[in-house]
Amino acid sequence: MFDQQSSKTPKIAIRNLYKIFGTSPETMVDLAKSGMAKPEMLKQHQHVLGLDDINIDMMAGEITVIMGLSGSGKSTLIRHLNRLIEPTDGQVLLDGEDVTQLSASGLQQLRHKKMSMVFQKFALLPHRTVLENAALGPIVRGEPAGPAKENAKRWLERVGLAGYEANYPHQLSGGMQQRVGIARALCSEAEIMLMDEAFSALDPIIRTDMQSLLLELQEELHKTIIFITHDLDEALRLADHLVVLKDGRVVQQGEPQGIILNPEDAYIETFVGDINRARVLRVRSIQSSDPAPAGSETISATATLEDAIERAKGNPDVIFSVSEGNSTQGSLNMRHVFKSLVPRRPSEETN
Amino acid sequence: MTDYSGTIDALGLREWCDGGVEAGGPMTMEQLLNATNGTATDDKGFLSTPFPSLDVLHNACGAIPRTRDMTAGIEDLFLAVKAPLKAVLDPITQPLSWALDGALAGILALPWMVTIPLIMLLVFYATRSLKTTFMVFGGLLVLSLIDHYTYAMQTLAIIMVCTVISVLFGIPIGIAMSRSDRLQRVSLPILDLLQTLPTFVYLIPLIFLFSVTEAKLYGIAIILYAIVPVIRLTDLGIRLVDKDVLEAVDSFGMSSRQRLMGVEIPLAMPNIMAGVNQTIMMSLAMVVIASLVSAPGLGTLVLRGINKLELGVGLVAGLGIVILAILLDRVTKTAMARVNRSMES
Ligand SMILES: Nc1ncnc2c1ncn2[C@@H]1O[C@H](COP(=O)(O)OP(=O)(O)OP(=O)(O)O)[C@@H](O)[C@H]1O
Ligand SMILES: [Mg+2]
Repeated sequence: MFDQQSSKTPKIAIRNLYKIFGTSPETMVDLAKSGMAKPEMLKQHQHVLGLDDINIDMMAGEITVIMGLSGSGKSTLIRHLNRLIEPTDGQVLLDGEDVTQLSASGLQQLRHKKMSMVFQKFALLPHRTVLENAALGPIVRGEPAGPAKENAKRWLERVGLAGYEANYPHQLSGGMQQRVGIARALCSEAEIMLMDEAFSALDPIIRTDMQSLLLELQEELHKTIIFITHDLDEALRLADHLVVLKDGRVVQQGEPQGIILNPEDAYIETFVGDINRARVLRVRSIQSSDPAPAGSETISATATLEDAIERAKGNPDVIFSVSEGNSTQGSLNMRHVFKSLVPRRPSEETN
Repeated sequence: MTDYSGTIDALGLREWCDGGVEAGGPMTMEQLLNATNGTATDDKGFLSTPFPSLDVLHNACGAIPRTRDMTAGIEDLFLAVKAPLKAVLDPITQPLSWALDGALAGILALPWMVTIPLIMLLVFYATRSLKTTFMVFGGLLVLSLIDHYTYAMQTLAIIMVCTVISVLFGIPIGIAMSRSDRLQRVSLPILDLLQTLPTFVYLIPLIFLFSVTEAKLYGIAIILYAIVPVIRLTDLGIRLVDKDVLEAVDSFGMSSRQRLMGVEIPLAMPNIMAGVNQTIMMSLAMVVIASLVSAPGLGTLVLRGINKLELGVGLVAGLGIVILAILLDRVTKTAMARVNRSMES
């Protein structure tokens, strides 16, 4: 499951994580380990299997997106990283250290310095100004208010909220409030940012803006971001590594393009079935290593298939030479492009 | 009057009954009531067979205690525990007497031309509203004009002391209740009881415990009654604080102390203030009744109106209480609105 990534050491490694909600979760762990699924456990033992044997590697400087339908356990999972929820069993390793074993003061240090969080409902302090909200991290750590607010002011500017420092949250629109939420997370200077459906409460246009803002910031800051969403378009736009969750289990994870091209089961197929594949898939994902015939036009490996079709003017017989950076790396056959636009059923994979 | 003798004999209890001592002891309940009402009962055949109460049964069987024996027993029990209870409660509650006596002496020692501007200044500081401040001025003017200034100030002083103490104890109790479901389960019935018991009823044990000349007697009565809303609304306010906000501040590593002082109490403030408002209003209601146990102030005038049938005195004092109530309510509500405005979401 961690194939291509196993060469690097992950920033956060989740190992065999279980979370069971109910009156005596400990007694249910063995059942879960022996393979009992969420519906059976609920029916036979009145316990909710929140997380079921989760293993994920999250790389430093990458955006790991966790996707799944409502109730699949996304919020539960992300809250284990900073232990807002205690695990029933398993490990969460941050730089090799087990977060689940931290003492109270160790946990507080982790929340102060290493992880910050952005929430779906913004969760700003209504009685504090935008500036005071943004400076929450340093203020909670007990740092002097003066420099903390200076710093917060810079971050507010960076997210496009210069001039709103003295306002109260309720005077701002939803999009602006979430910008404060992001400034608050950035101002704490933590290297890891947890974002639980951070953009889900925003309308579509603002949402796209916020995604752009996040990508722009990420370009410059290289944080380790764990991003939760139930929206595939958002996931594909942001993800370096995509994890699909269902009933508390990881059904597939990996590079997002690979998941679209090779969905491993029907659940993922329904997810990826009705997206605009031409706009999401990139040349890199379906190019072949064969060299292109001499004299063919070059196309960037990061171009979308939509770009490629446009360049070829819809002609299926065109073959492009693919360039990655400055070097050329094989070819793109337009016939493969058109074929890849049709979603494959998991059962057809063997053909 | 021997209606039940036959029954006793039939049950074979005669011997046990006559083993007890006859005669002596206090009056029966019937005699007591006859003495106060001045009427006598006479026998009227079967239909007038009395209910087999303790007194009636006692007539048939001497071993059964009479109701008056029971009330006397309770009185004895109370007297027995009084000394140790008083030894504990007296020193603890002594500061309350000092505070009340001090406040009463203080407010009357100040000349009116100092007190009235001081009150207005305080009101303006709390409400930042000129309108409310002048309303208070007008109210005080009316009260002073009809020579009720001294009484009104006494009432005000008692209310202030009792409110401050109620808040001082009520808020921490409320916070503790919001932290523990078990404590809440235990406390709520007690709070209900304090609020539903008619005031007269819990004046009785207090009179036994403390002498009527001590200020703490009425102080305790007022506080017990008025503390309930601050406790309730502090508990409620803190429980109602947005869980998402609490989760957010937790995720930034706030300590529980930072959380309480910086988030929970400020966000519960509208509710806590509503509790304080109710506490003040209930103190006022109680301070009037407490004039029965020598609380000074407007209540004493009302009491005189009742006792001596001085209709005018009673009515005018009642009017003074209404004015005071309106002023207190307006001031606290305006102050509340100001706090709420600065943090609505
Ligand atoms: N405190 C709890 N007690 C019992 N069950 C819980 C608790 N918290 C979560 N669950 C259950 O765990 C499962 C996962 O919940 P979770 O909130 O993580 O889902 P989610 O993927 O974040 O969904 P959404 O998209 O609606 O936010 C759900 O079935 C939920 O009912
Ligand atoms: Mg969720």
